[in-house]
Amino acid sequence: MISILNIIFYLLVFLSVYVQVFFFVTFLENRKKIIIRNGKFELDHYPTVTIAVPIFNEEKTIYQTICSLLNLNYPKDRIKIFLIDDGSTDETRNIISKFAQYPNIKIFHKANGGKYTALNLALEHTEADFFGGLDADSFVDSESLIRIMSCFEKDKSIMAVAPSVAVYNPRNFVQNAQKTEYYMGIYFKKMLGFLGAINVTPGPLTIFRKKVFDDLGFYRRGHNTEDMEIAFRMQKNRYKIEHCNDAYVYTNTPTTLRKLYRQRLRWIFGFMNNTLDYKNVLFRKKYGDFSFFTLPMGIISIASVCYLFGRIVYSLGYFLYLKILQLQTVGWHFTAQTYNFDFFFSNTQPFMFLVIFIYFFVIFSIIFGRRMIEGKWGFSLNMLYFFPIFSIVAPFWLLKSVYNTIFNRRPDWR
Amino acid sequence: MIDWKKYLIVFLITVGLFLTASYLSNYFGNKKINQLKLIQDKIAIDILSSETQFSLLSELSCKNVSGSVLSGELDELGRKLDWSQNNLGATDEVSYLKKYYSLLQIKDYLLMKKVSASCGEKFAFILYFYTTKENCSLCEKEGLVLTNLRNKYPELRVYSFDYSIDLSAVKAMLAIYKIKDTELPALVLDDKLLTGFYSLEDLELYIKESFKLQEKKLETRPLVKPAQ
Repeated sequence: MISILNIIFYLLVFLSVYVQVFFFVTFLENRKKIIIRNGKFELDHYPTVTIAVPIFNEEKTIYQTICSLLNLNYPKDRIKIFLIDDGSTDETRNIISKFAQYPNIKIFHKANGGKYTALNLALEHTEADFFGGLDADSFVDSESLIRIMSCFEKDKSIMAVAPSVAVYNPRNFVQNAQKTEYYMGIYFKKMLGFLGAINVTPGPLTIFRKKVFDDLGFYRRGHNTEDMEIAFRMQKNRYKIEHCNDAYVYTNTPTTLRKLYRQRLRWIFGFMNNTLDYKNVLFRKKYGDFSFFTLPMGIISIASVCYLFGRIVYSLGYFLYLKILQLQTVGWHFTAQTYNFDFFFSNTQPFMFLVIFIYFFVIFSIIFGRRMIEGKWGFSLNMLYFFPIFSIVAPFWLLKSVYNTIFNRRPDWR
Repeated sequence: MIDWKKYLIVFLITVGLFLTASYLSNYFGNKKINQLKLIQDKIAIDILSSETQFSLLSELSCKNVSGSVLSGELDELGRKLDWSQNNLGATDEVSYLKKYYSLLQIKDYLLMKKVSASCGEKFAFILYFYTTKENCSLCEKEGLVLTNLRNKYPELRVYSFDYSIDLSAVKAMLAIYKIKDTELPALVLDDKLLTGFYSLEDLELYIKESFKLQEKKLETRPLVKPAQ
């Protein structure tokens, strides 16, 4: 029994190392193609773009979100901003009404139906060649759109371009942990972009050719992750998704562990259920690395974390059993023992070294992700928050997502 | 569309990392085994030296003998061997070292009994027999009791033996004290066999008696003059 568990353990460790090496090799292959542009530039021509902002009770951030869109370095007559109030009950309605006089802003009000319904309303009214959404809690960098559009100009086969999403103004340790995670996310997204295997076209400012929706249909609920479902659908139809690493969008992130837990529960549940919906894409040669790398990688990550968590719980249980046994047998004895470190008792099993290798690759991805977004190399102390928070809390949202998927319980949007 | 060559290269790199990890693990595992061997050799020399010294000078050398043997090294070695068995696996080398350790314990026991009898040192001895072959929860509990007692009474010397060890000296002890595998854990205290689990309180009582017994013996024993 123990040897079977050990085989499973080492198999999962092997696959986890494989995933990290795969990313690293992809980086080495493509490192010269990663360009970070500074300053302004011009396009040969400026296609029309509609950016839709679905809004539900976002009174705190919506003003700044709209201002950031108005500041985009893109001809005003080539860009339309659709503000879709999805049945807000706070001050959102009053705030967005202040922008009614702008000629390139159009305001819609509708009954609450969820983000994907708001985006679909915008799609029904757009006449532009390109379409994108922007979450109402995110702010765009003024050069982001033009940089995204330059990708479309360069390669006519690209059907969607995702930006680099970074954390806006982190204030506490939970947000700092996410900031580090987003650095890592940018690195992984860039590498998946090189592989043509991106699985999410994030809500903040992914721009699509309108043709995508004409050909494949509008947004679907997608288990409350419509931005993931559309990416899966595009991959299934072999529509190319690119990542523009120097198009920056800053997003507000959950401020507490509870809010983070709920957000991630929705994301992971969305990944699991979209993967189940598109299971016929798995391990099919014609779907490329999306089929052989991205989806299996997600499944391996979930399986590894769940298994490791089980192992840790077992060890903790055994430790407690010994302590209880000790308490029952010899009672409670407090002895002030001096602890001397003895290398002999340190764990030198092979998996410890493999974990060190995995950490090396993870730290590299964080550092390089930071380099892509801030232009700086190095490791800051704030990055250290990431490891304890995500190691301790992530297993819970993963396990709950597995539970919800098995028992078909859909998590709330918020 | 799919770069299979890349998948293969990544596979080979991953295998390479696995081999490196197992090489490093082996390297450090061997270092630990060597450390155990060094400790055992040192203890063997200490015991042999004490035995020789004791034989040469008899009771006159009581002070010197007790000072050299009563180190905690045998306990440390026991702890490290236990850890090795659990973490490095029951390899041939670890089993060999365990046999050697059992032998050293027997030698230490015999010597310390002599020292105790001749030099008036107050010691209590417990021979503890357990098994690792099957799940013995009572052995686990008895081990905790003995560890606790040893911390409480520095003069108490506990020698623990794995029932299933393939060593003739241990088998001889099992035969002498008529210990059966169905009666584990088993304790030998002052040549008396106790089988099954004994609680902290019960065992403490026995040890206290054992102390008194030795003190009584020492009072009645005439002092042996050293050979002229």
